[in-house]
Amino acid sequence: MLGLPATAVAEVTRALETKPRLPVLWFHFQECTCCSESFIRSSHPAVADIILDRISLDYTETLMAGSGKQAEDALRDTMTKYRGEYLMLVEGSVPTAAGGVYCCIGGRTALDIVKEAAAGAKAVVCWGSCACNGCVQAAKPNPTQATPIADIISGVPIIKVPGCPPIAEVMTGTIVHLLAFDRIPQLDGLGRPKAFYSRRVHDTCYRRPNYDAGLFVNSFDDENAKRGYCLYKMGCRGPVTYNACGVMRWNGGVSFPIQSGHGCIGCSEANFWDNGPFYRHLPNFPGFGIETTADKVGVAVGAVTAVGIAAHAISTNIRKRHLIQEEIAASEDVQDCRAEQGGCPTKE
Amino acid sequence: MATKRIVIDPVTRIEGHLRVEVEVKDGFVTDAFSSGTMVRGLEIILRGRDPRDAWAFAERTCGVCTTVHALASVRSVEDALGIVIPPNAELIRNLMFCAQYMQDHVVHFYHLHALDWVDVVNALKADPAQTAALAQSISKWPKSSTGYFSDVQQRIGKFVASGQLGVFANGYWGHPAMKLPPEVNLLGVAHYLEALDWQKEIVKVHTIFGGKNPHPNYLVGGAPCSFNLDEVNAINAERLAYVGKLLTDAKTFVEQVYIPDLLAIASFYKDWGAIGGGLRNYMCYGDLPTHGFGDPSKFKFPRGVILDRDLSTIHDVDPRDPQQVKESIAHSWYQYSDGDAAAKHPWEGETKLNYTGPQPPYDQLNVEGKYSWLKTPRWKNHPMEVGPLARMLVGYGSGRADIQEAVNMVLKKLDVPVAALYSTLGRTAARGIETYLVAQWAQEFYSDLLANIKNGDSRTFNSEKWEPDTWPAQAKGVGMSEAPRGALAHWIVIEDKKIANYQLVVPSTWNASPRDGQGQRSAYEAALIGTPVADPEKPLEIIRTIHSFDPCLACAVHLYDPQGRTLNRVTVGG
Repeated sequence: MLGLPATAVAEVTRALETKPRLPVLWFHFQECTCCSESFIRSSHPAVADIILDRISLDYTETLMAGSGKQAEDALRDTMTKYRGEYLMLVEGSVPTAAGGVYCCIGGRTALDIVKEAAAGAKAVVCWGSCACNGCVQAAKPNPTQATPIADIISGVPIIKVPGCPPIAEVMTGTIVHLLAFDRIPQLDGLGRPKAFYSRRVHDTCYRRPNYDAGLFVNSFDDENAKRGYCLYKMGCRGPVTYNACGVMRWNGGVSFPIQSGHGCIGCSEANFWDNGPFYRHLPNFPGFGIETTADKVGVAVGAVTAVGIAAHAISTNIRKRHLIQEEIAASEDVQDCRAEQGGCPTKE
Repeated sequence: MATKRIVIDPVTRIEGHLRVEVEVKDGFVTDAFSSGTMVRGLEIILRGRDPRDAWAFAERTCGVCTTVHALASVRSVEDALGIVIPPNAELIRNLMFCAQYMQDHVVHFYHLHALDWVDVVNALKADPAQTAALAQSISKWPKSSTGYFSDVQQRIGKFVASGQLGVFANGYWGHPAMKLPPEVNLLGVAHYLEALDWQKEIVKVHTIFGGKNPHPNYLVGGAPCSFNLDEVNAINAERLAYVGKLLTDAKTFVEQVYIPDLLAIASFYKDWGAIGGGLRNYMCYGDLPTHGFGDPSKFKFPRGVILDRDLSTIHDVDPRDPQQVKESIAHSWYQYSDGDAAAKHPWEGETKLNYTGPQPPYDQLNVEGKYSWLKTPRWKNHPMEVGPLARMLVGYGSGRADIQEAVNMVLKKLDVPVAALYSTLGRTAARGIETYLVAQWAQEFYSDLLANIKNGDSRTFNSEKWEPDTWPAQAKGVGMSEAPRGALAHWIVIEDKKIANYQLVVPSTWNASPRDGQGQRSAYEAALIGTPVADPEKPLEIIRTIHSFDPCLACAVHLYDPQGRTLNRVTVGG
C-alpha cells in the first residue's frame, strides 16, 4: 500500500477497524464522469476495498442504489448527521451564468448545492480538471461560465487533484493519505498534493534522454517514432505539465500517453485546452533542471512561456540546443490564465 | 383514483443529469417526461479550432463512453479531407471499440443496472452452498465454491451491520418488484464485486494503444502508436501478447460470468419481456468495418432502420441527406431564428440557449412548454430507438447469421418469443448478446492485426493530409459510429483550415429527448407508458426501464451554431 512499511500498514488497519468509516459525499456537476470512471480503475487499493471497507460513500450519482427522493434523503442524512465531519468530493465545474440554470439537480442549481455542502464539509477534494480549473467547458468562449470550485467556496480546506481525468491511483492515493495519516497531504502553491504533482512529465519521462540528445519524432509513425524518440516536436506538453504519468503511468502502470506514441496534451494544467493547437510544439520552456518542483517554478512557467522566452538552461548537449532553437519560430506559445488574466476567466 | 405526479431527480446509476417526471394512475404510468438538466456547450467551444484537435475536445463529451466520441470525431475529419487510414489503424480502432463495449456493458449490467433486480440485503439470507450449486450448474467459472460465496456473504453482512450502507443506502431492498431468491441475489452481489475488479483490466487495451483510460489518445489519419518488433519503445511482441491476453480473459469473463448471470436473473423476470417496449422504430449507423469505413456492407454491425417492428424491411440511412436526420426544439430550451416549429438538418441548424423553465429551486417542470436541454432528433420525422436492441434487430433483420444465432440462443434459453425483445428485458438482453458477439469479433481483429504485421505491414498512420496546406479551402464530413448506447454521428465543416461548425447527434439525444412539435414521444417517454408502479414513493419499476437504455446525459446535451456566427447573447426567460 503506497510503499508503506509493514508496521504502518498494521496501524492503518487498526485505525480503520476502530472508527466508523469516513462519510464521503461525491458530487457531479458539469462533467463527463471520466473522474468516476478513473476512480473505479484503481488497482491499489482496489475500489471495492475502498467503498466497502474504508469509506462510506453515501452519495454518488454514478453508483448509488437509490434515485430521486431516496438519493436526496441519503444526502440529507449524511449532511445532517455528520455535519463538519464528512469529506466532500467534487467532480465537475459549476456554471454561474444565468443564475446557475445550466446545471440543476433535484430542481436546485449546482451553485446552491455546492455552497451548502461545502459549509458542512471537513475538507473538499476537487477531482479532475473540471473542478480544479473548469476544463473543457471553460475553454473559450466558456458559454456557461463554467467555474472552478475554489472560486465559489471558501472557509474549508481544498485539495486539487487535476487531470482529465486524474490517474486512478492518484485519486485513491489522495483518499488513502487522508485516511491513513488523518491529515491533508502537503500541497503545492496551486493546492495539489506534492506526492503526485511535484514533477514535470518531461523530467520524469523515460524518453527524456532522446530530448537531451536531440533525437525527435518528426511525423507520426516515422522511423523515429518507431524508435521511440522524443515527441517534443509533435507538440508534447510534458515540459510544462506537472503530473505523475511518467512515474506511476496509467491503469496499473501499463503505459502513459508518451509511451504509446502521442504527446502529452497537458490535461492537468489550467487552461490547457486554450494552449493549442495540440500538435504545434512549444517555443521552448525555461529549463529549471530536474530538481525543481511546482512551488519553485510556480506561476513562472506560464508567465515565462507566455512571452515565448527562448532561454534554455539544460546544457547537456550543444547539438540539441541548436536543434531546438531552430524550431522556435514555428512554435506555439503556451498561455496561462493565471499569468495572463490574474485568474481563470471563469470567476463569478 | 387520481393521477399522481412522480418526480425522479437525480436518476442515479447513469452518466449525467437526468430528471424524469411521470404521471401514475391506478398503479400504471400514463404519461412521462424526460429532461436533461445540464448543458456545457462543447460545439461552440470547438469552433475556430484545429480539426486535428477536435477528437480530444469531443472525447470529453463523455468519460463513460470514452473513446466513442474521439472515434466519431477523427472519422468526421477523415471523411471531410478524404483520408484513408491504414488497415492496422482500422484494426487498432476496432480493438479499442471492442474493449470499450466489453467494459461499458459489463459495468452497466453489474454496477448501473443490477441493483434494480438484485436485492443486496436479501442476499444475506442465502445458503452459500446452494448459491455455489447454482453457479456451478450455469457456468464453469472457477470462483464458485461454497467458501467463496460464504466469504462474500460475510463481508456484506459486516458491511450492513455497520449501519453505514454507503452506495447501498436507501436502495430498493424488500421492494415487492424484487423477485430473485436469496441465492441468486448472493450470486449477483458476488459478481458485482468481481466485475468491479475485472473492468479495470480490459481497458488496458486502450492504455497500450492509446496511453491511458479513460480518454485514450486518437489521431486523425490513423493511430498514434507505432509497431516495431525490434524495439522496446514501440508496440512489440510483448505489448501484442498483453493485448491478446486481455481480450481472451475478457471473452472468458463475458461467457462465463456476464451471460450466465444475465440468463439466470432474466429467467425470474420474464414478465419484463412485455413491459417497456415503447417505440416501434429502430436505427443504427453500423460499425466495426472489416474492409474500411467506406464499405458498410462489410461492417460487423450493419447499418439500417426498422419501421413499425417490421424486421423484413431494412431501410437505408444517410446522415448526409438533408431530409433524413433533423433536430427540433419544440420542447427544448433553445430558440430558432425562423421559429421554434422548424426542424433542421445538422448542417443547417442553429442554436441559442433560451432557458424558459421555472426558476430554481423548483418542484415541477412546465411540461406543456420547454422542459429539457436535449434537442429532439428525428429520422424522416420518425422517432427512433437506438442502442443494443436496435443493433441486434437490424442485424437480425439483415440476415446476419452470427447475430441471428446469438439472439436465437438467448430466446431459446429463456423460452420467450421474438416479441419479448421489444421490452425492458429485451433491451437488457440485447446488450449482453452483443457483448458476447463483440468478444468473439475482437479475436478476429486481433488475429488479422498479427497477420498484417507478420506480412510486413506495420503502418499505423497516413501522413498525406496531415499538414493543413494540403487541405481544400472548405470541406464537410460526417463521422459515424455505434457507441455502446447507440447511433452516434459528428458533423464537421472545415473552412480555412479551422473548424467552422461542429455538431453531435448522439444516442441519448435520440432516446432521452423531449417530445417533438407534433407530440410524438421519444424512446424513454414512450417506453415508460404502461409501466406498473407498485409504490409511488419507491418507483423502482420506472428506474428499471430507464436504466435498460443505459442513459448518458452528458453526451446528449449539446448545442451548436453551424453558421460560424458569433454566439448570440444568452438570454434567460422567466
